[in-house]
Amino acid sequence: MKTLSDIPVGKTVKVKKLLGEGPLKRRIMDMGILKGVEVTVLKVAPAGDPIELNLRGYDLSIRKSEAATIEIEEEN
Amino acid sequence: MSIKIALAGNPNSGKTTLFNDLTGSHQYVGNWPGVTVEKKEGFYEGDKEFVIQDLPGIYSLSPYSLEERISRQYLVKESPDGILNIVDGTNIERNLYLTTQLAELGVPMVVAVNMMDLVNKRGDKFDLEKLGRRLGCKVMGISAQKGTGCKECAAAIFKYAKEERSGEAPHVFSGSVEHAIAHIEESIQAFVPKKAIRWYAIKIFERDKEIISQLSIDPEILEHIEDHIVDCEKELDDDAESIITAQRYEFIQKLIGECVKFNQKARQKESFSDRIDKIVTHRILALPVFAIALVAMYWLAVSENGPGTKMTDWANDEFLGDGWFLPFTQHVYETKEAGAETPWYEGKTYDEASSEYEPHGVNVEKWQAAYIEAYDAKHGEDAYEKDTEGKGGGEFAIPDEALAGTVSAEAWLEDEETGEIRKGNVSETDGLISAEEDEEAESDLKWTCDYPMYKRSAEVEEPDPANGFGVRIPGVAAICGDFCQMIGLEEGSLAYALIIKGIVGGVCTVLGFVPVIALVFLFLAFLEDCGYMARVAFIMDRLFRSFGLSGKSFIPMLVGKGCGVPAVMAARTIENVRDQRMTVILATFIPCGAKTVIIAMFSAVFFREYWWIAAAMDLTGIAIIVLGGIALKKTKLFGGEAAPFIMELPAYHLPTFKGIVIHTWNRVKAYVIKAGVVIFPCCVVLTFMMTFNWTFGLVGENIDQSILASVGRFFSWFTYPLGFGNWQGTAASISAEIAKEQATATLGMIASGDGSAAANILAMFKEFAGQDYKFAALAFMVFNLFIPPCVVAIVATFREMGSKAWGWFAFGFQMFVGYLLALNAFQIGRCISSGHFGAWTFVAIVLDIIVFLAIVRPAPKVN
Repeated sequence: MKTLSDIPVGKTVKVKKLLGEGPLKRRIMDMGILKGVEVTVLKVAPAGDPIELNLRGYDLSIRKSEAATIEIEEEN
Repeated sequence: MSIKIALAGNPNSGKTTLFNDLTGSHQYVGNWPGVTVEKKEGFYEGDKEFVIQDLPGIYSLSPYSLEERISRQYLVKESPDGILNIVDGTNIERNLYLTTQLAELGVPMVVAVNMMDLVNKRGDKFDLEKLGRRLGCKVMGISAQKGTGCKECAAAIFKYAKEERSGEAPHVFSGSVEHAIAHIEESIQAFVPKKAIRWYAIKIFERDKEIISQLSIDPEILEHIEDHIVDCEKELDDDAESIITAQRYEFIQKLIGECVKFNQKARQKESFSDRIDKIVTHRILALPVFAIALVAMYWLAVSENGPGTKMTDWANDEFLGDGWFLPFTQHVYETKEAGAETPWYEGKTYDEASSEYEPHGVNVEKWQAAYIEAYDAKHGEDAYEKDTEGKGGGEFAIPDEALAGTVSAEAWLEDEETGEIRKGNVSETDGLISAEEDEEAESDLKWTCDYPMYKRSAEVEEPDPANGFGVRIPGVAAICGDFCQMIGLEEGSLAYALIIKGIVGGVCTVLGFVPVIALVFLFLAFLEDCGYMARVAFIMDRLFRSFGLSGKSFIPMLVGKGCGVPAVMAARTIENVRDQRMTVILATFIPCGAKTVIIAMFSAVFFREYWWIAAAMDLTGIAIIVLGGIALKKTKLFGGEAAPFIMELPAYHLPTFKGIVIHTWNRVKAYVIKAGVVIFPCCVVLTFMMTFNWTFGLVGENIDQSILASVGRFFSWFTYPLGFGNWQGTAASISAEIAKEQATATLGMIASGDGSAAANILAMFKEFAGQDYKFAALAFMVFNLFIPPCVVAIVATFREMGSKAWGWFAFGFQMFVGYLLALNAFQIGRCISSGHFGAWTFVAIVLDIIVFLAIVRPAPKVN
């Protein structure tokens, strides 16, 4: 299973499933990260964490630990 | 009846700009009850009929973050007459997510699509009318920054609110979900307000615990509703919350497909914001860029030659003090009348003249004091005062000329502000004494002033700043002094001292902080508004997270190097309350500018051979922050899962001047009001205690008779284990609470003796602790550096912590840390140096072990 935290900078992937629960999951959903949405990993902070994403036309930063709760579709 | 409009929108959507645009200076900033989230209210164009309530920037009306709960509670409970929803046109998809939720509240609503100027520039085409039809409300395009369309949208929402014209909420969801919602609506009719029924129904569908518990619906009905929800979940193979969220976004995507034509070419192109971000959050370049921002901040606010320090000095010494020259009017002294005698300061500026005059002033003052002492010694107590009453005519009277010849005084130059003794050389040529500062010289700047030298110095005319040096504006203290004399109060009288030292002194203490607070907030408002603050959190998050703080905690701590007051206030930029509180508690441990004065004096007097002592104090401050952060994070109050870090990185844009000024003005105003209420009386009381004895007589230089001294005596048990358990050390520490640098000044006044202030203080500490005096001095210094900061900063801390209980927690924590460090400095230091081991040494070791365990223990599991 691949999650968003495994994706190298510059790559665009499709979200498959949200693994988190409760407030964390709700927050991620509220920000527009939902099944089927395309997310690009833009950048990694100097210390390696958090990461910067682009989705739905805006930039969002999340920690790797949160990115690990976002399952993505494997490439064919 | 006034009409109340709620201004709602995402963070970074330009909400504050629009609010400032509509209300201007007619806004009132407070806090939402019980929390530190800012509450802003304003009147549309100053008309009290039209109230605009600014809600916190939110992404959703979900029940999880504090801001969201506040907003929805306000929207549902206080039910505004209308909602003005501002959405960012350059980020329309996510912004409309909130709009779909607001539309369900059944309140008249206008959607203002902001940043239309940027949208047009990009070439995107919006069909606003169609968008409005589909959303069931009016949609208008505006540019808050340029001020276009703002008035029109405000007029529209006030009109709709008056007419109570609310559109029908759009049907966002798929058939089966809408079906379930319709069922829920039917069964809860009796329990909820009619107009917001759809909103409640959807919340119940989402199983929102907060809403369900508020409504007290029959359990039977709830069970019935639950069946509907479960059916839906089964059909769509997802949980209810996800279904709602996903379908909202699906609806929006469809909506945008119909109403917006994006210019794909412009979308692919790298924007200006992207280009800035390439450098600012670059994996390697990010750090130097951040360092530059920090240095700029530091230089601006707190560095020795920066504008912040200069403005503070000007405010304290000149504007609030003696007086100041109007800029560009200052010039060298020139005698106007032809043939008139030229004074010695002819051709000099006032600054030059006054610094040259300084040693003469010292000579005069010291010798006169020595003369009075000698006279009283010869002729009996208070003889001088009795014998000279009404004599001298303004000049210093010398009733016993024979005695004068034998009197000599030791004079020295002393830095009035710091109490520091400057080193230097004194030379006398042609009867004029000059004192040159010389870093190389070994001896203190000190010379003996005998009668002939006194006479020469007394003849040197003191330059008068108000006369011939430029346009002089008197300072607040000077004006008040003149006023007192005008109404017949004599210098030295009780009322005079109360007014000048207490009231004027108190006001000046409060106002003296204004320039640095204003500067810090101008800079922070700029960083915040332009979008850099979010990047700071992005860059620093990893590091600060490791000791329990937020990436944004760095800025307050840096500001804290200069002054704790703006530091504590700057912590407001941290959204997470736990992180914000922890930052407030810890930020003032960094020795501020005033504390540096204590360090400077103590290292000059006691620790000359230890050049690293000042750096060690800064490092101690940093260590307290790191270790304190780790220890606090393991307590129940701050423990638990780290708050999720899911943060938008908004596009950069140049903030408006008006916005920054209003932001800064609100902060300064809040500070001055709070300070006026609490700090000012504190200062008056403390000054009173230092100036008077219990029978309200002036104590002058004899502080040992003052009220403060007896209070110090009363509390000396508290500082006894620290090696300075006597009224002097305690009183100096209490007086340091007005302003930290006061500690050294008070010590200087208290330590009477024959030598210089430094020598007297040295002797005093030797008296306290014998051969271990250095450890007592270290303990005194550490104590004053790390116990709760000055009263101004304490008040700011209480304010920012949000409640009295939290304020006392911060106070207690800081007191514990400061006390423990001082205890260690004295007890453990003494134990190592001279082998003395007493009960308090034992206590210190036990406390150290407890603290050590609190830091290293594994974090407790929180459910």
